[in-house]
Amino acid sequence: MNIETQNEVRPRKTAKKSIINIENLTLRYGNHLILNDITFPIKDRSITTLIGPSGAGKTSFLLCLNRLIDMVSKKTISGLIEYETYNVLDPKIDVIYLRKKIGMIFQKPNPFPVSIWKNLEIPLREHGVKDKKKISQIIEENLKNVGLWDEVKDRLHRSAFALSGGQQQRLCIARALVLKPQILLMDEPCSALDPVSSGVIEDLIQKLRGQYTIFVVTHNLAQAKRIGDYTALFWVKNNCGCLVEYGDTDQVFNKPRHEITSAYINGKRG
Amino acid sequence: MHSFGSYKREWFSSCIVWLAALLISGIFFWLISGILWHGTGRITLQFLTSSTLNAGRSGGIAPIIVSTGLILLVCMSVAIPIGLGTAILLSEFTSNDNIPGKIIRRSLDVLAGIPSIVFGLFGNVFFCKMLGLGFSILSGGLTLACMVLPIFIRSVEEGLRSISIEYRLGAGALGLTKTATLFRVLLPLAVPAIVAGLTLGIGRALAETAALIFTSGYVDRYPESLFDSGRSLSIHIYDLSMNVAGGDKNAYSSALVLLVMVLVINELSTWISQHYLKHRTATE
Repeated sequence: MNIETQNEVRPRKTAKKSIINIENLTLRYGNHLILNDITFPIKDRSITTLIGPSGAGKTSFLLCLNRLIDMVSKKTISGLIEYETYNVLDPKIDVIYLRKKIGMIFQKPNPFPVSIWKNLEIPLREHGVKDKKKISQIIEENLKNVGLWDEVKDRLHRSAFALSGGQQQRLCIARALVLKPQILLMDEPCSALDPVSSGVIEDLIQKLRGQYTIFVVTHNLAQAKRIGDYTALFWVKNNCGCLVEYGDTDQVFNKPRHEITSAYINGKRG
Repeated sequence: MHSFGSYKREWFSSCIVWLAALLISGIFFWLISGILWHGTGRITLQFLTSSTLNAGRSGGIAPIIVSTGLILLVCMSVAIPIGLGTAILLSEFTSNDNIPGKIIRRSLDVLAGIPSIVFGLFGNVFFCKMLGLGFSILSGGLTLACMVLPIFIRSVEEGLRSISIEYRLGAGALGLTKTATLFRVLLPLAVPAIVAGLTLGIGRALAETAALIFTSGYVDRYPESLFDSGRSLSIHIYDLSMNVAGGDKNAYSSALVLLVMVLVINELSTWISQHYLKHRTATE
């Protein structure tokens, strides 16, 4: 495995421009308020971590960003999610394009029930890459990028289900990367994995720093502190999720502005 | 802590469970051994490959096997495409509380429970008379398709619905269209359910007698086309044992052939599912 850990040296530039602006986002399932008035930016080419207790609407929030929330029936959304020149929440935007630019990694690795190769080929072909040479080149490049190439190069045409959990998760990351997204959303990418695989994924996220804008939901506070440039904390208030604090990761963990944040990161609440 | 009383109760309930199991397998073995005892001796290559003579008392069952195969072929080639289409419509394009979806689901459940003789009479009126197909393999196959469809559709629908939402979200997150998601991800995952539905359907079709008496008829010659009448194995068994004096022995042999066919199809489908699973999916 050739993934360098970059825990020590970490370029943290302040005042980066934001790639996504979330303004007054409110989400309801039926009559039930899930997210209330969320406003914060996601900074370009940096790692933003989202922490908070279960039920604070973290996953629902992620699903809003790439409009997968469309697959959930009976929801109403208001507010603004600004990305490039679009409002993501506009019903008329091209969600296929949006999801190509904003990739997503799930909590449980979800490779397709086909070979390792096909897992990467399917999205490429769906998005119009037909040239076989180009496909092989992209696949090799991305498998190397996630540190999986040496482990699977002899069994590319075997089932993806034969891989270990950690390998499956890296395959899923490679599968998102083949589409050259700008942004990667990760929904607790390590929580279904053993500590070793979890470490490998975390190193991979570190390695991707700077190339992509990464937004990670995590329950692991130490991880959020290690990898984050910026951190947001969601909390449950009146039975619905809201943003308590957003800021530079160092600031949120060392000089929290809000008492809930301070109690949460010190393990006194949540 | 187990007191003596609870130990006794446990012993008693496990006795009842074992007794029930013994009873069921006892009936099964009695049935099988009866058929084997009476049927085995007469099954020769000649029996399987020669024409039926003297109303089935002598000769073989080759035309019957051919007719059975053709009826099954008609039935499946109609039931599979319509069944897959309906199952996909129900699971992917209608939500649980969609009114038309509910109506379709409810009618399928009712259809699945309707006695086969009713299907037979319907087939006779609709396919034989109204569509003018007469007593033919085509009428029989189509009637069987109507019977098999409800079971097939519901089991494929269940198979598709039971696929975890993560796969749908995963495909959606990659910008796959609904069609691509269906063909690339969901249907491959549903193969075991599709095979199981097919097996149930074929089993029901092979066992069917009442519906076929009214639609595909009795004729025990080789059918010349799908518009010819043809006698299925189950009808042959029924006819030999009820209407033909001295046909008992051939009835047993035919029953054995039918039994073996059903077993082979069951084993084959299990093998396909497992083989498929091993190579494509969950070896997690």
